Amino acid sequence: MSNMPHTGRGVVALTRFWRGTATPGWADAIALVLLGGLAVLVIRGAGGMAEPLSQLRVAPVTLDPANLPGYALRTTLRMFAALGASLLFTFVVATLAAKSRRAEMVIVPALDILQSVPVLGFLTFTVTFFMGLFPGREFGVELAAIFAIFTSQAWNMAFSFYQSLRSVPADLEEVSRGFALSPWRRFIRLELPFATPALVWNAMMSMSGGWFFVVASEAISVGNTRIMLPGIGSWLALAIDAQDFRAVAWAVGAMALVILIYDQLVFRPVVAWADRFRFEQTASQAGPQSWAYDLFRRTRLLPVLFSPLIGLGRLLMVIDRRPGRRPAARRGGTPNWVGQTLWLAGLALSMTGAGWLVIGYVARHLAWGDVAIAFGFGLVTMLRVLVLIALASLVWVPIGVWIGLRPRWAERLQPVAQFLAAFPANVLFPFAVILIVQWHLNVDIWLSPLMVLGTQWYILFNVIAGASAIPNDLREAAGMFGVRGWQWWRQLAIPGIFPYYVTGALTASGGSWNASIVAEAVSWGSRHLEATGLGAYIARATAGGDYPRVTLGIAVMSVFVIGFNRLLWRPLYRYADRRLRLG
Amino acid sequence: MATILARPASRPLVTIEHVRHRYGKAGGGGLLVLDDVDLTLRENEVVGLLGRSGSGKSTLLRSIAGLITPDEGEIRFVDDAAGDAPTVSMVFQTFALFPWLTVLQNVELGLEAQRVPAEERRTRALAAIDLIGLDGFENAYPKELSGGMRQRVGLARALVVNPSLLLMDEPFSALDVLTAETLRTDLLDLWSEGRMPIKSILIVTHNIEEAVLMCDRILVFSSNPGRVAAEIRVDLPQPRDRLDPPFRALVDEIYARMTARADPAPARDGIFPGTGIAMALPIVSTNALAGLIEEVDAAPFDGNASMADLADQLQLEIDELFPMAETLQLMRLADLSGGDLALTPAARRYAQSDVDQRKALFAQALLAHVPLAQHIRRILDERSSHTAPARRFRDELEDHMSPDYAAETLRAVTHWSRYAEIFAYDEDADQFSLDDPS
Repeated sequence: MSNMPHTGRGVVALTRFWRGTATPGWADAIALVLLGGLAVLVIRGAGGMAEPLSQLRVAPVTLDPANLPGYALRTTLRMFAALGASLLFTFVVATLAAKSRRAEMVIVPALDILQSVPVLGFLTFTVTFFMGLFPGREFGVELAAIFAIFTSQAWNMAFSFYQSLRSVPADLEEVSRGFALSPWRRFIRLELPFATPALVWNAMMSMSGGWFFVVASEAISVGNTRIMLPGIGSWLALAIDAQDFRAVAWAVGAMALVILIYDQLVFRPVVAWADRFRFEQTASQAGPQSWAYDLFRRTRLLPVLFSPLIGLGRLLMVIDRRPGRRPAARRGGTPNWVGQTLWLAGLALSMTGAGWLVIGYVARHLAWGDVAIAFGFGLVTMLRVLVLIALASLVWVPIGVWIGLRPRWAERLQPVAQFLAAFPANVLFPFAVILIVQWHLNVDIWLSPLMVLGTQWYILFNVIAGASAIPNDLREAAGMFGVRGWQWWRQLAIPGIFPYYVTGALTASGGSWNASIVAEAVSWGSRHLEATGLGAYIARATAGGDYPRVTLGIAVMSVFVIGFNRLLWRPLYRYADRRLRLG
Repeated sequence: MATILARPASRPLVTIEHVRHRYGKAGGGGLLVLDDVDLTLRENEVVGLLGRSGSGKSTLLRSIAGLITPDEGEIRFVDDAAGDAPTVSMVFQTFALFPWLTVLQNVELGLEAQRVPAEERRTRALAAIDLIGLDGFENAYPKELSGGMRQRVGLARALVVNPSLLLMDEPFSALDVLTAETLRTDLLDLWSEGRMPIKSILIVTHNIEEAVLMCDRILVFSSNPGRVAAEIRVDLPQPRDRLDPPFRALVDEIYARMTARADPAPARDGIFPGTGIAMALPIVSTNALAGLIEEVDAAPFDGNASMADLADQLQLEIDELFPMAETLQLMRLADLSGGDLALTPAARRYAQSDVDQRKALFAQALLAHVPLAQHIRRILDERSSHTAPARRFRDELEDHMSPDYAAETLRAVTHWSRYAEIFAYDEDADQFSLDDPS
């Protein structure tokens, strides 16, 4: 064993398994079946991607329930492929931003803005590019769909990874420098494990964000034709066109099932596994539970499965050159002024150039009046978002506090609230359309709740978390001194949950802006309802292929979202941090 | 146990010459942390760097470890007889274990970085774990271990790479008293039996008794800026007894050295860095000051106590005791010299008075001897509205000291003045005023 090359270790585990010195148990059997099934599914789904484009015309998407499992599979594969791409993007871009001051100057603001910019806008511009890469094959369109999903997943993961890299504890950093760990080894041993818990959480949020645009990303309009990739999104698009209730219900059910399955089989086990990387050193808290994780741990199958990966990792460690001498700590010396000014100059130049291009493009087709119109719409939408967030808060904050103060209820209901937040609410929009048409309601008022339908749950589950975090002794003191009613709210509950509430409301408002694109212009068959607002403006322009207006609309929305963040949420955060932090 | 004499010190290991280091921006403008430090570390000795926080001893340690490059001066490692350069290894105050690695993996970390083959790595790591007494815990995770055990892992990790010099940054200060004592004696046993592969130990501490217990040579650092104020040889034979008269005499001597002024200025001035309103003051609670006065006033001290006895009795670190004693000295409530704290008559009166009289006495002392408090009170008296923004005073202080020190000084004076009721402070408005809070 001692002379075996590192890659051989994984093979040893495999042969030991085959030799049967370890008798396989029932856990092994279950795991084998599950993983085998998964492998078959992946292969079949991936096979479909390589079909020629004409296949889509021959066997178009139909509303036959028998096809639904296949469609669900294809959609899920696309989403996981996008997640993989996001992960790769994260590792490259976030690491670059964390290691290089200059790259950071560009990357971090870019990520910040991209997190707030509505995703749908990108789609119109990238589809043609990808289709051009693989003409005539379905693969090009698939890539476009995957890229669309990627653009809704990547940014928050990259941001979280960057922040983790920047907040590695100082003493662990000193240990790695003291032992002269090479950069690669440092990444594997220190930085990656430290960043994993936050990354896993953000990956889960990204997955749920991806579902929101599944319709838009699978039913792609190119010029006058509409290409529908086999998937749940296309199914929904068809169902809406055909005004088929039952089909929509099927789709909702399928989505719920798929989300449940991958949550239990993939994400919960990963969260349970990632608990070992948690930096707080107390062993007392019970870690997250996952039956699937316990199952996999009992099997001897898992080391075998991951043996190629482990072997590869070890090989890379072997190749990794050892630094000749301990690298001397950099003196905090005078920065390289020449390099710095050149970089800044280059940045300023490219920014002005890009700005000029965009403005020139827009100005060629539009006038200042259009900008004013878009801005006006933006104000309307902003008003809607504010009012709705306020209403949602009024409803859900008391309920959330009630739940949060009762641990048993909190335990049961918080996962439910998280699931609701992950579920794409826009599949329920067609029902709203029917109601509005039936009762002749004012479109401007009654389409608005749709914006907050999916995002209100963020407020709820954050407030639940905040209420359960209020220290017990404060509650006991309040009880003892007879603090009740409005005083109790004013002096205990609201300050206690405030930081959590701000987090929830910030996420909810960002999500609502994004949702406005699909919530202010809703269709059901031939019926098409539109409210006045920026979301409807962008949706209209996208449907009409009016690229200049799409650009303008997205730019205006980005300005509003970023302005909202800077002027409202950040100051609230600072206030919460200064005044309301316990201890 | 037979007494073991200290080994003969021999060839030098590391020489440190004229090291000067600034904290903050390089090229001037930063706070001077180390000022012209010279010292030589030899083989076969345990050297202690003793001083209060802010005396630059951790900075010096990290400079030797190569984690910081000092702005000026030279740190030279002297090759040994075989021509090899000395290597260093460090043990941290916070243990610095990687939570996602087992004990064995943590200990192997340095060997892994040096690309030692896996089998050899494992053998050496297991031997090191056995040496420090954690046999059986090889695949435990740090969160399953107590503080003392974690520090043992840190020690094993440092020893397994066979360093010539072991650096320890306040290794026992994060542990409770009993655990720290056990670890200290275990470390001394390993050292005196020669079971560790190291040639010398450099230990940074702010615990005077620990330094006398462990070290052959103690370098006492002064603060602001950090300089070697004194070098003390400890020739007591190991194992050392805290209650032994020579031991206690040495501890007293060190306290005396630490209370002495480097320059022959009168004892009252120069207690705190800076003069006039720009004196950097520590945040010391009035409750603590009152408690200290009462303690020294009562039997058995009866108004005069040695700092060593006080530290022992009250279980106080020098970083807690000295600011309190020096604040009392500033306000002429006590006299601090030669390692003894002697209460003035005003303080003895304070000890016997009730709450209101105490406040009055304290107010008198504050207004008479703390320039910043005088200054704020005078400004408030002069203004017709009797209010003044705190920002103005903070800016004034920042002309003479760093923003952190300025904030801390202002907070200290605010706290004392609120107790003495000489003026009030409103945090929301960030304002001083003469009115009672409404």
